[in-house]
Amino acid sequence: MAKRPILGLFEDANYAAEAGDALQQAGVPPTDYDFLTDAPYPEGAFGERHEGHRLYIFPFCGALVGLTIGIILTSMTQMAYPLVQAGKPILSLPPMAVVTYESTMLTAIIFTIIGIVFESRLPSFKQGLYDTRITEGYIGVLANVEEEQLTEVSGLFTQAGAIDVVRESGGPATQ
Amino acid sequence: MQEGRPLPTRQINGELLRSILNSPKWFWIAFIVLGLIVLTAMSAAGLLINRGFGVTGMNRPVMWGFFITNFVFWIGISHAGVMLSAILRLSKAEWRRPATRAAEILTVFSLMTAMMMPLIHTGRPWRTLYWIYTIPFAPYDFARGIWPNVRSPLVWDPSAVYTYLTSSILFVLVALLPDFAVLRDRTTGMSSRIYGLLAMGWRGNPRQWKLQIIAGVLLSALILPVFVSVHSIVSWDFGMAVSVKSWHSTIFAPYFVVGAVHSGVSAVAFVMIILRYIYGWQNYIRHEHIDALGRLLVVVATGWFYFFVMEVIFGFYGREADEISVREFQFLRDPWNIWMMFFVGLTYFLPVSIWLSRSLRRNLWIMSIACISVNIGMWLERFLIIVPGLAQRSVFTFDWYTYRPSSVEWTIIIGTFALVAMLMLLIARVVPLIPLYDIKEAEILRTEIKIGRVTVPAVVRED
Repeated sequence: MAKRPILGLFEDANYAAEAGDALQQAGVPPTDYDFLTDAPYPEGAFGERHEGHRLYIFPFCGALVGLTIGIILTSMTQMAYPLVQAGKPILSLPPMAVVTYESTMLTAIIFTIIGIVFESRLPSFKQGLYDTRITEGYIGVLANVEEEQLTEVSGLFTQAGAIDVVRESGGPATQ
Repeated sequence: MQEGRPLPTRQINGELLRSILNSPKWFWIAFIVLGLIVLTAMSAAGLLINRGFGVTGMNRPVMWGFFITNFVFWIGISHAGVMLSAILRLSKAEWRRPATRAAEILTVFSLMTAMMMPLIHTGRPWRTLYWIYTIPFAPYDFARGIWPNVRSPLVWDPSAVYTYLTSSILFVLVALLPDFAVLRDRTTGMSSRIYGLLAMGWRGNPRQWKLQIIAGVLLSALILPVFVSVHSIVSWDFGMAVSVKSWHSTIFAPYFVVGAVHSGVSAVAFVMIILRYIYGWQNYIRHEHIDALGRLLVVVATGWFYFFVMEVIFGFYGREADEISVREFQFLRDPWNIWMMFFVGLTYFLPVSIWLSRSLRRNLWIMSIACISVNIGMWLERFLIIVPGLAQRSVFTFDWYTYRPSSVEWTIIIGTFALVAMLMLLIARVVPLIPLYDIKEAEILRTEIKIGRVTVPAVVRED
């Protein structure tokens, strides 16, 4: 049976953390619930699961690509213009170094941005269950549970101090 | 750095999105006035392209004038963004929070403006395509009589500046994702859909926030070396190019970088004061922030002054003919010596004497004067490096000439200032110039510690 989302809105971070604990005790796996906030809270503030990422690989890959592009671009450009100037060699390393450095940094940064977007699971235009009050400071606890568990989870949220519980069909200010 | 009172999220949203959701009445008037100045400058640039360089005051041997001075000046201003955003982010300085976004956006616009200057200076901007880059294996089109030096330091400039520009734009956009999500939720109709697209489906879960924080630090660390390279390479336009001997100075790169930070941070402080005044952001841009910038600027200005003194002393003491002839211009010949006195006074002595006083640092009017003073001085600095360097009496120069900028040049230069102001005004209509999530994070981490009989405001900091 397909899982259905349910969102509890909390005013206080402690209540949201308690709701997370209650979900865990009710047997909801950590991968099936998430905390939505409008600002970064210290890591582990809600007792959320630790998530790994591979962001640091991206700048290294980017730097390698940029280095290669830089060397090819600068050497080919110089060789395409074989005019000796002031007795200097056609393929001169100092000018290559500067442009290659810039291309290395540029591609490392572009790859980092791609990494951030990719690792953040963006873009994700299928918004799912959400409430605009989250960006007003409320903390959302979003759980994906079996349909028959919805009432139980709603009760858990209310017990933990939710000011509102939003379900997929109806409920205020859903998107 | 915790002088402000606690702010609820709703109030932060309401006040910081005021510039977007409730446009002030004066906005269109200011936009039209600035737009007219920009249009006039564009017409002047059009006239220059149509009639040629005869409409400027440049002539042999002074072939770099206002345009290149302005180019170096705007590149300098662009150093504010990374200085404040990256260095303060890496050092976890709390007071960076309200300053970062405006500084980063100022970086982007000043870089764009800076890059227009050499294009206008070429006289035939479209021909730069023939000499900046070529496609590998494709030969240059010598039939057009263009004989570029692909190994020239002038070629390094666009590679460095466009790297910095692209990086800065991406840096700003990534940091804007959470704020676009706030705007998506606070607007309706087409605006909401556009902000929704820009937010890319941001929801604000712990994974996204963790990556956002790492991104800030990682990108700061990556952009910092680019930031240093950009103004170093701009200085190598002078220091490494086979042109004026008195420019061949090894100290130019750090001297230019520190000077750029000096003018850039002063410009950011001024922009922050303006934003505080026009949008009523007293709760966010507080006296403590301007005070901190003032204290930082004392160090930066003194570092810059040290390099300036070294440059001058080495020039005099070496007694090389080219150096002496430039110093003669700068220190003995009227009106250059008067400009030189203005430049040193405006860049160092006036502002630093203001910044040494706590009460003056917290007086926003006086701080504005100090910041404007630095930027007038720094503009003059670049002018006094370029023009006397070219106008000096050197061997084999068959004509000596001093430089008087024409009305066309003045118009274009004034237009660049109007352009940056207009772009800042426009961007304030579409994105929050103070990062909402950064301010909200500061509120989450805000605490109070009781020590003895006093309660001290404090900030919780994660490792």
